[in-house]
Amino acid sequence: MTTLTKEAGAPVPAGEGAFLSVRDLHVSFRTEDGVVRAVDGLSFDLERGSTLGIVGESGSGKSVTNLTILGLHNPMFTTVEGEILLDGKELTTARESELEKLRGNKVAMIFQDPLTALSPYYTVGRQIAEPYMKHMRASKKAAWERAVEMLGKVGIPNPRQRAKDYPHQFSGGMRQRAMIAMALVCDPDLLIADEPTTALDVTVQAQILDLLKDLQQEFGSAIIFITHDLGVIADMADDIMVMYAGRAAERGSVAEVLRAPQHPYTWGLLNSMPRLDSDPHAPLAPIPGTPPSLLRPPSGCRFHPRCTFQDRVGGNRCVNEVPLLGPDRSSACHLTAEQKRTIFIEEIKPRLG
Amino acid sequence: MTEDLVLPAPRDAVTDAPGEPLLEVEKLVKHFPVKGGFPIRRTVGQVQAVDGIDLTVHVGESFGLVGESGCGKSTTGRLITKLLEPTRGRISYRGKDITRATRRELAPIRSEIQMIFQDPYASLNPRQTVGKIISGPMEINGLQPDGGREKRVRELLEIVGLNPEHYNRFPHEFSGGQRQRIGVARALALEPKLIVADEPVSALDVSIQAQVVNLLQKVQQELGIAFLFIAHDLAVVRHFSQRVAVMYLGKVIEVGDRDSIYTRPRHPYTHALLSAVPEVNITGEEAAQRERIRLAGDVPSPISPPSGCRFRTRCWKAQDKCASEEPPLVQLSGNHTGHLTACHFPEDPTIEARDEDIVLDPALAALEEGAEDD
Repeated sequence: MTTLTKEAGAPVPAGEGAFLSVRDLHVSFRTEDGVVRAVDGLSFDLERGSTLGIVGESGSGKSVTNLTILGLHNPMFTTVEGEILLDGKELTTARESELEKLRGNKVAMIFQDPLTALSPYYTVGRQIAEPYMKHMRASKKAAWERAVEMLGKVGIPNPRQRAKDYPHQFSGGMRQRAMIAMALVCDPDLLIADEPTTALDVTVQAQILDLLKDLQQEFGSAIIFITHDLGVIADMADDIMVMYAGRAAERGSVAEVLRAPQHPYTWGLLNSMPRLDSDPHAPLAPIPGTPPSLLRPPSGCRFHPRCTFQDRVGGNRCVNEVPLLGPDRSSACHLTAEQKRTIFIEEIKPRLG
Repeated sequence: MTEDLVLPAPRDAVTDAPGEPLLEVEKLVKHFPVKGGFPIRRTVGQVQAVDGIDLTVHVGESFGLVGESGCGKSTTGRLITKLLEPTRGRISYRGKDITRATRRELAPIRSEIQMIFQDPYASLNPRQTVGKIISGPMEINGLQPDGGREKRVRELLEIVGLNPEHYNRFPHEFSGGQRQRIGVARALALEPKLIVADEPVSALDVSIQAQVVNLLQKVQQELGIAFLFIAHDLAVVRHFSQRVAVMYLGKVIEVGDRDSIYTRPRHPYTHALLSAVPEVNITGEEAAQRERIRLAGDVPSPISPPSGCRFRTRCWKAQDKCASEEPPLVQLSGNHTGHLTACHFPEDPTIEARDEDIVLDPALAALEEGAEDD
């Protein structure tokens, strides 16, 4: 289980035994137009061997959070505040040389587009062998053997031959398999998968998702799975964190968030997505408006300009007051727990068909 | 969005009864040459993007075309709008053969077939104002609506849910979803009879997709415009289309009514596609388990597609007959009228779980076998 907490002021101590613990993380970029507050006060914990799904639209800060964990942001323009503890070790203040030892070793990443993430200049086998040579101090030959073994494991037919190929000789699905092989070559404790199947066809996506699940069983890595597709999250994750405009809107286990969602944004996401078993004659219920610019994010609850339940809160709380995310299962919304429950059951669920 | 849409009077006297065929495509083929060699570049192969498809889109109907990348669905859309010249075959619009029509002959028809493109960033000229973009088609076709073009543009902006005051703005001032609305307004400017929408929502965020899908549905139903809706997202196609065709490697492998295709598919590929869609179980009740089929590998190259049935290399039911004989697209016994399938050994018409999952991916099968042994 992962547990997530959003503190009100006093920092909450990192969860006992949490393998990765992110505490009150703020990330902002200086741009020509002003300061973009991409992540604003995010906290979560992740335990070994479990999968956390982060779902959100473009610009919700889900990718930025994970690039920051690996220290892949440009320090020239980025301000990072808060704590990222990996196995008790603080990463936001770590030196580049220390991060280098982690990347590809303890923490690995799978990117969305394998063609831009793989180098066109080196063979696939060499790119997989490289982190193994670096981190495990293996000989070139042993690393190559390991690369071939990994390629076989991820289902590349004839791996000994194909390891000598260049990325352009692989198809899209095979490239993503090679990326997974590269990420798992050093047996990482944490795997960050940033939209790993978005660029793939649906039948190939199904293969890759199942492969990732089966490999996780074997390798026991914790996975942070980033996607905008609720269907993929439902399939992959143990816990879900829904992000909106740089903040966590709601979190809990898969069953809790998808079957009894509490946040109006999650309701909106579920209502705006056609499913294979929904009534095709019922119009979709989209979320009005567009995601906010993070140069000037809305005051109070960041979802309030698009929220249709604002008037039920009363006062101007949604505009003035930032809703807090409690510990464990909770949502950052000013509606009372009773309101959330009745609105979902009476107004949202019937529309889901 | 406005409450009611203004239905303009048809330009010509032809009134279309719903159900009449509007667009008919017969044995349409498009091959792209592959050049190679030095110093003289010769044609060394053909990308068989579309290879003999038959389609009929009726008046006022929304017809979905679904398939994975490289199956030829976008090429089909471009052939129908005559943005590409077909290699062989016949396209007829309202009974008139337009396959080899000249520019002059096409001019009146072009205004009736419009297109909405996938990428709202690339399909709008950044140097033109919204007003200019939407009135452009009217200018080219010499259309002078009552009250002037500017009034009509403002009406169109309102129909697609944009502020008419934004007439003089440039595309970069709009978000992705709003740009796609501009694309819809431009397609509506000529009061078309058929709109070819090529992946109109796949570049948009989830919460914006629903807005555009609803807009297209409203336009389709209230203005009675026929749609050829091309997309890879099976759930969106199901939501939007009354009839659906499934394509694989340049062929239509199954076509039929929405319900028939989505609940009683016969072609193994349609089964595999449907079972691969990740679904959210929101009810919490144990709904009828869906079948699980995991294919091996990727789609083969359209330069040298497999002989006979093109799906046979990834099919679990393939036999010798599949390699030697191409299955015709026919109505199988037990299927509804209009539900055609191209398969020698069709599956049962159900999507419920079978006794044993079909896992063809060797790595997946190995890992799952290992897990079972533990």
